[in-house]
Amino acid sequence: MRESALLEIEGLTVRLASGAARPVLDGVSLRVAEGETVGLVGESGSGKSVTGRSVLGLMPDGAEVTGSVRVAGRDVLALPPARLREVRRREVAMVFQDPRASINPVRRIGDFVTEGLRAGGTPMRAALKAAEELLESVGIEQPRRALRRFPHEFSGGMLQRVMIAGALAGGPRLLLADEPTTALDVTTQAEVISILTRLQAERGTGMLFVTHDLDLAAAVCDRIYVMYAGRIVEEQTTDGLFAHPRHPYTAGLLAATPRLESDEPPRGVPGRPVSLAEDPEGCAFAARCRFAAPGCAAERPPLRPVDGVSVACLRAEELVHD
Amino acid sequence: MTAVALRRRRMLRRLHGGDALQTAALIVLAVIVLVAALAPWIAPHDPNGLDLSAALGGASGDHPLGTDESGRDVLSRMIYGARTGLLGPLVVVAVSTVLGAVVGVTAAWCGGWVDALLSRAMDLVFALPGLLLAIVLVAVFGPGLTAPIAAMSIAYVPYVGRLVRNVAVQEATRPYIQSYRVQGWSGWTICLRHLAPNIAPLVLAQSAMNFGYSLMDLAALSFLGFGVQPPDSDWGAMINNGASALLQGAVLPALAPGAAIVVAVVAFGIVGEGVADRVAKREA
Amino acid sequence: MTEQPVLAVEGLRKTFGDHAAVDGVSFTVPPGGSLAIVGESGSGKTTTARMLVGLERPSAGRVLVCGTDRTSPPRGRRSRLARARDVQMVFQDPYLSLDPRVTVAGAVEEPLRLHFDLDQAARHARRDELLDRVGLGEREAAALPRRLSGGQRQRVALARALAVEPKVLVLDEATSALDVSIQAQIVELLRELRATLGVAFVFVSHDLSLVRHVADDVLVLRRGRAVESGRAAAVLAAPEHPYTRLLLDSVPRRGWDPARIAADRRALA
Repeated sequence: MRESALLEIEGLTVRLASGAARPVLDGVSLRVAEGETVGLVGESGSGKSVTGRSVLGLMPDGAEVTGSVRVAGRDVLALPPARLREVRRREVAMVFQDPRASINPVRRIGDFVTEGLRAGGTPMRAALKAAEELLESVGIEQPRRALRRFPHEFSGGMLQRVMIAGALAGGPRLLLADEPTTALDVTTQAEVISILTRLQAERGTGMLFVTHDLDLAAAVCDRIYVMYAGRIVEEQTTDGLFAHPRHPYTAGLLAATPRLESDEPPRGVPGRPVSLAEDPEGCAFAARCRFAAPGCAAERPPLRPVDGVSVACLRAEELVHD
Repeated sequence: MTAVALRRRRMLRRLHGGDALQTAALIVLAVIVLVAALAPWIAPHDPNGLDLSAALGGASGDHPLGTDESGRDVLSRMIYGARTGLLGPLVVVAVSTVLGAVVGVTAAWCGGWVDALLSRAMDLVFALPGLLLAIVLVAVFGPGLTAPIAAMSIAYVPYVGRLVRNVAVQEATRPYIQSYRVQGWSGWTICLRHLAPNIAPLVLAQSAMNFGYSLMDLAALSFLGFGVQPPDSDWGAMINNGASALLQGAVLPALAPGAAIVVAVVAFGIVGEGVADRVAKREA
Repeated sequence: MTEQPVLAVEGLRKTFGDHAAVDGVSFTVPPGGSLAIVGESGSGKTTTARMLVGLERPSAGRVLVCGTDRTSPPRGRRSRLARARDVQMVFQDPYLSLDPRVTVAGAVEEPLRLHFDLDQAARHARRDELLDRVGLGEREAAALPRRLSGGQRQRVALARALAVEPKVLVLDEATSALDVSIQAQIVELLRELRATLGVAFVFVSHDLSLVRHVADDVLVLRRGRAVESGRAAAVLAAPEHPYTRLLLDSVPRRGWDPARIAADRRALA
């Protein structure tokens, strides 16, 4: 009874031109339904950001790409540039990690927020009116004056709100948030997240929330995909993931996260992540896995349903983590 | 680095396949150096041998690039000219690089009034045209290569010094330099053993480009008659001599050394940019 | 009879122009103790750390290690080396804190050569011991930093700092640039080192949930001033200052209510 998804990535494989041993993305499939908030969690080099950017049709230079990325039914990887621009303007918007690097420093806030609207043919006056309302809704005081200010007059947290306003200006159906609060302080993070989730709920926007922080994803998302070395290793509802992680890597991540409410010190996952120069046969996590069996290093486990969740682990049935 | 320059560089690379252009420039430089080193053996004629009967002869089997107004073989003079053409810039670049590095690192490391003093001093030298300084020195010490080379060495110090200072200021705030301070090393040791070697590639890239520029400046001085004195051959002086021949319809005596200067300067520029590119890539 | 603290800081203050980055901060660390200095950006925590190791000169106040004042800059080689043996530091960014041209073995040998009069064999033995202690082997020892991952580099930085045998080790967000699975490895290592070496730790961090697992005492800074201090377990369990409470509430977790935190934050400002 799966209705057609807002975002549907299928078998996305991205191989860099510059002779890396393993693909950056290896058969990634994920979906985000209309209005749903989905987390994409992984550590550095897992491919989570490349996946996020692929939705906008942004690929690393000279990459070899197979698979499809469908936004509202249209494959953005196959669209001609003009249509792709239209998708970026109307359907998908992105909130980047570092607002200061992503907003043109020499143009006014008003220009940034109204850019998309004006490109879509909205007259200047109406666009400014809309921008003012948007800035107010993200909690910027004196929004009319803020429109005439420059990015350097704002703190990082305020600027990230401006970026959210700009992203929502075109009324997108899907929001991509790529580590939107990583550059911010914890208390500011809470504020930005509260604005982001409130507006998203009000507008019924779907969101793909890309982050390295499992707990932050848990606080924001309904469902979480976990990535490791360019592949999705587990997909579950947030509650399920925290109660019963099925993949040893997810369990390891959870045990490695320091917790306020527990006396248990964080336990590290031994070894180190797979670099792009290595391409282990079989499960990429096997070398770091406590539960690795002889078969793990030989056979690459596919993502498959086990007890109603998706796991890419040969021993998923026998192992229960908590 | 401006975006435009970057884009242009990227375009160049696409046009020439990047490395091919680099290789070609390096080969050109190697050839020039070899020619200069082997001049006595490969020059077909005595560069100073007069033969007024053959004056302004065009290209021929005996004189591939013809002869000048005194009947001297242009090719042989060019081959010998490569010696002065390379030696001068070599001294200029060596002296200005060492001095510039010392001044720049000192300014960056000490900061405060030392930095202010050295930076303003460099601005002062910057404001003084190198050619003018050279002409003044020639007036004081007499013509010849020494005065122009000394003047150019000083005139090029701020190019290196400013770059070194700016890079070193940034480098000094990096945690690895700071951790050496915390370990208890002296400023001297840190600068000499860690800071200088790490910024060296960038400085060398600038110096490679300076080599080309100073070659051009010294040639200009010789052209004006302040540098190499007759009968010694020098590309700049040859253009000067050839200028009058142009009026008589002989193009080669002026064109050949001119082309040599352009080729050498461009080759040094490309190599310098290549080094800079590689440094940028390593940093990224 | 109270033990003399290994590190004592009294009324530390640092101004940049009109702005006081650190304003009257005092604390002590007992021998082998572990203090976490917690705050957000602009709280003055990093400036405090830099004053502890002498990278920044305090505008006022004193820093004492084992009762010896080290506030003013050192004079001469002897005092410079003595200062270095008091306090060492591990920096946040593992990609910038090692000289890219020096091998791992070299990076650990350098401080040994500077501080101890060892012959080559003894120096190599000590180097290998230090690298082994932080979990690095021969292969890593021969490598240049660029061959290493972030976690491995941070291990090198630790070995290099411990080579000096400091009384106090300052860790400035030393794990925050690392992935969680690697961060936990380093935290485990730090706990182990503290237990075996008896060196006192000063953690500078923004991450309260991490602090709970590495520090005995905690000092919360806000805009250059200390707002709360005490035993880490007590402060984190029952914070007294509303700012500490806000920081604790801000740590994301399941069932987290960011809207309420945002309201609390505005009430506090």
